[in-house]
Amino acid sequence: MPAPSGTGIAERVAVGQVADRVGASAARPDGAQKTRGEFAFSSDLWMDAMLWGKTLRSPHVAARIRSIDTRPALATPGVRAVVTAADVPGRPTFGLEVPDQPVFASDLVRYHGEPLAAVAADHPETARAAAMAIVVDYEPLVPLVDPDVALEAAPIHPDGNVFRHLVIRHGDPGATGDVVVEGTYEVGMQDQAFLGPESGLAVPAEDGGVDLYVATQWLHVDRDQIAASLGLPVERVRLYLAGVGGAFGGREDVSLQIHLCMLALRTGRPVKMVYSRDESFFGHVHRHPARMWYRHHATRGGDLVKVEARIVIDGGAYLSSSNAVISNATCFAPGPYRVPNAFIEGYAARTNNPPCGAMRGFGAVQACYGHEAQMDKLAAVLSMDPVALRLRNALERYDRLVTGQVLTGAAPVREVILAAASHPLPPPADPGGSILALPGGAGATAGPGDVRRGVGFAVSFKNVAYSEGFDDFATARLRLETGVDHEPVATVTVATAEVGQGFVTLAQQIVREELGVRRVVLAPASTVDVGSAGSSSASRQTWMSGGALQLACSTLRAELLVRAAELWECAASQCVFDEGEVVQAATGERLSVQDLLSPAPLETEQEFHHRPTKALDADGQGDAHVSFMFAAHRAVVDVDPDLGLLRVVQVATGQDIGKAINPVQVTGQIEGGIAQGIGLAVMEEIVVTEGRVRNPSFTDYLLPTILDMPEVLATVIEEPEPDAPYGAKGVGEPPTISSGPAVLAAIRDATGLPLTRAPVRPEDIALSHGETT
Amino acid sequence: MPREERVPREEREEGAGASPGRAGAGDASGGVPAYVQADTYELTVNGTRRAVEDAWLGESLLFVLRERLGLSGSKNACEQGECGSCSVLLDGVVVCACLVLGVDAIGSRVETVEGLSAAGDVADIQAALVDAGGVQCGFCTPGFVVAVHDLLRRVPGADEMAVREALSGNLCRCTGYGRILEAVRDVQRSRAGSDGGHGAGA
Repeated sequence: MPAPSGTGIAERVAVGQVADRVGASAARPDGAQKTRGEFAFSSDLWMDAMLWGKTLRSPHVAARIRSIDTRPALATPGVRAVVTAADVPGRPTFGLEVPDQPVFASDLVRYHGEPLAAVAADHPETARAAAMAIVVDYEPLVPLVDPDVALEAAPIHPDGNVFRHLVIRHGDPGATGDVVVEGTYEVGMQDQAFLGPESGLAVPAEDGGVDLYVATQWLHVDRDQIAASLGLPVERVRLYLAGVGGAFGGREDVSLQIHLCMLALRTGRPVKMVYSRDESFFGHVHRHPARMWYRHHATRGGDLVKVEARIVIDGGAYLSSSNAVISNATCFAPGPYRVPNAFIEGYAARTNNPPCGAMRGFGAVQACYGHEAQMDKLAAVLSMDPVALRLRNALERYDRLVTGQVLTGAAPVREVILAAASHPLPPPADPGGSILALPGGAGATAGPGDVRRGVGFAVSFKNVAYSEGFDDFATARLRLETGVDHEPVATVTVATAEVGQGFVTLAQQIVREELGVRRVVLAPASTVDVGSAGSSSASRQTWMSGGALQLACSTLRAELLVRAAELWECAASQCVFDEGEVVQAATGERLSVQDLLSPAPLETEQEFHHRPTKALDADGQGDAHVSFMFAAHRAVVDVDPDLGLLRVVQVATGQDIGKAINPVQVTGQIEGGIAQGIGLAVMEEIVVTEGRVRNPSFTDYLLPTILDMPEVLATVIEEPEPDAPYGAKGVGEPPTISSGPAVLAAIRDATGLPLTRAPVRPEDIALSHGETT
Repeated sequence: MPREERVPREEREEGAGASPGRAGAGDASGGVPAYVQADTYELTVNGTRRAVEDAWLGESLLFVLRERLGLSGSKNACEQGECGSCSVLLDGVVVCACLVLGVDAIGSRVETVEGLSAAGDVADIQAALVDAGGVQCGFCTPGFVVAVHDLLRRVPGADEMAVREALSGNLCRCTGYGRILEAVRDVQRSRAGSDGGHGAGA
């Protein structure tokens, strides 16, 4: 059967400039296609005779399922198949870390929107109507929705309600400071809100297996979960990356993959499924809501003595990556400061709320709202400048974290703080300016005289790549051959999910840097042609897939030297690679890459592993992380306290990135990450009432528009990371971590209100303001 | 899977299998829900008359463009008129194709990102978006191309706040809009520096 049409899954050939090397702002190889609407996203795929799939989801938060009658759906003309839990051929459950989530609920519903059945039909409207015709007899149960209560309550799942309880004990537990500040903080549930809805096309294969074209962050781990539930060997489940319309963590978990493959295998026809936006809100995990209690101890001079904290995150009904999220929240709970003594407890609880998992910043975001509010409280009590207090306690290289790990890599914490603080502040609001520049914007509600301006500061850090002993690796295959025009062609085959971050650009830059080859072809990403790349998450692909590709390049470079040495009858050590040619050191003779490729092409597949990490021990001690990224943000916000309306005027940042492999893409990551940080601070929240999702639409779940985004001033600090290829740490997550807490601090500064919860809602300002004046 | 078997987009748009969304030819239902009314009608899309055959009347213009006419450049991010990913020109006015029924576009001129691209009217906008870094995942990009085109032909010298206002119906989740604004400024600068005719009234 032919592959589905669409250029998104085809090769991306780019004839770039040799100058487009590491450090240059090379253009994306898929950019032009994307601007013309020619790039095929997973929702754009199409095949002859394909069917449309649709999921039936529970309207209840918690319920016992007495019966499911699919006959009315099957009787609908145009319906080709209906599948339920009874039809799952293999393992009935799936999951990223532990398979604790049913492919379809069969006896119990544990969250609002849990899937019960899927339908394949000739037309999407037929499929939708047929899914609605399925009769489910539910016995509603009282949902368990409070994570603190859940920790002690009767289990709602055979695996229990405590996903993970983690304790960090560091230094002297009895230590106390001259001054103590305490606070409780809350963070709401944020959605990744990638624009490209979950979608894919499954095609039954002649060998009894299935080919799945899908948008995901990690092809191989999807494949393993799908194969287990289909009861097929992994070789017969082939995944191809379709165009991915953003991810931000929301595509780490399986959503429609298994359903779609089941429908294709059942009908023997290609089946396409595209979630509506409404279904997308139910179809993927979200950022964990968190409740945090903190107590900071410091000397009168402002040195941190001890941090105590208790962080509870709500994992919802199934595990997903909650164990790793709570590990991050706990490990990074103190923020990037020297803290000699600590007692920190982290809990991830199972409830009947929507499942939560990965989102950009992954645990560090929630903790940052706590530790940065605490640092401001401490500065106020000590009558210190908040920036000065942070500089005084900023981590430095070779300092020890509360996990006992020594910071051996680059740690330019002072530098990022100073960079963020030294950007110019915006001019005062122009009283005669556009109403769009006022809080409330086009609503024209705020009077310029009522608006108060505040400035806030926040600092954060987070790990790069996977931690706690996980064998984290990426694979890259590279082929060098002579093209039809006698120019060398490098073909890169990686399973790395390009989700928008621009790894496709970096891959070409790396090959040009290492081999001086102009023509670089990126083969389609799949599970068929190459080993795993790991996930496009944890800011890890520049380091990991970039590292694998660099390794593949250096392997082939060494083989080119050997070929040259054979021709010259000298030792390979006498040959060097220079500007895309091999030079014999003694004679100055040169051979081009195409000369050396004439006998035969060269090919290699390389696996790159980062330095091993260790598990945390019973006291939360251990070298659990491979590297850390640091960032600081300063926000300026205008607030109308009477109306509770606000406008973020400016965000300035300093970010530790190691090395900018593509400066324009780095800027794009910083600005885009800050937008998501601002979103969580002031407008984005999935409102969940008694387990029920109340706002599953872009009408009711608000995303920052171009009118909401402030001026962003960014300075990158390029201090090379010793272990990392080109010295480059990740870039994607830090902008999303402390930007929001800086915005919250600015609103506190403008209003004088404590504002302990993100996102800040108008009533949090307006009603409290009314009470205090 | 052999690469030669891939169906190039041009072939699928013009070839025999040119009605994506229609299920197998032998299906009695004709790919339309059995309980609703279907009809055959004609739309004028990108200057060409296109037949929409045996289609459910409840289909949005977006669905018809994407799944029946093979024009998937208009995107389906919210299908509720909130995100602008499906922006097209209907008789010269920007609309969300998801909020217009296919049959309501009968007798109107529909211009999609594909048509604007082929006509060359938006080439400088497209190049500027790529060069400035305004494209990441790219799902919002075709909608932005249409919206920027519409703005700059109406108000070539729009100031920054006017640009922001005009584009505030287009959501982007990746870029934070900074590089998109930069691209719009680049186009404004280069158009102002040329003979002034580029793109005007296109």
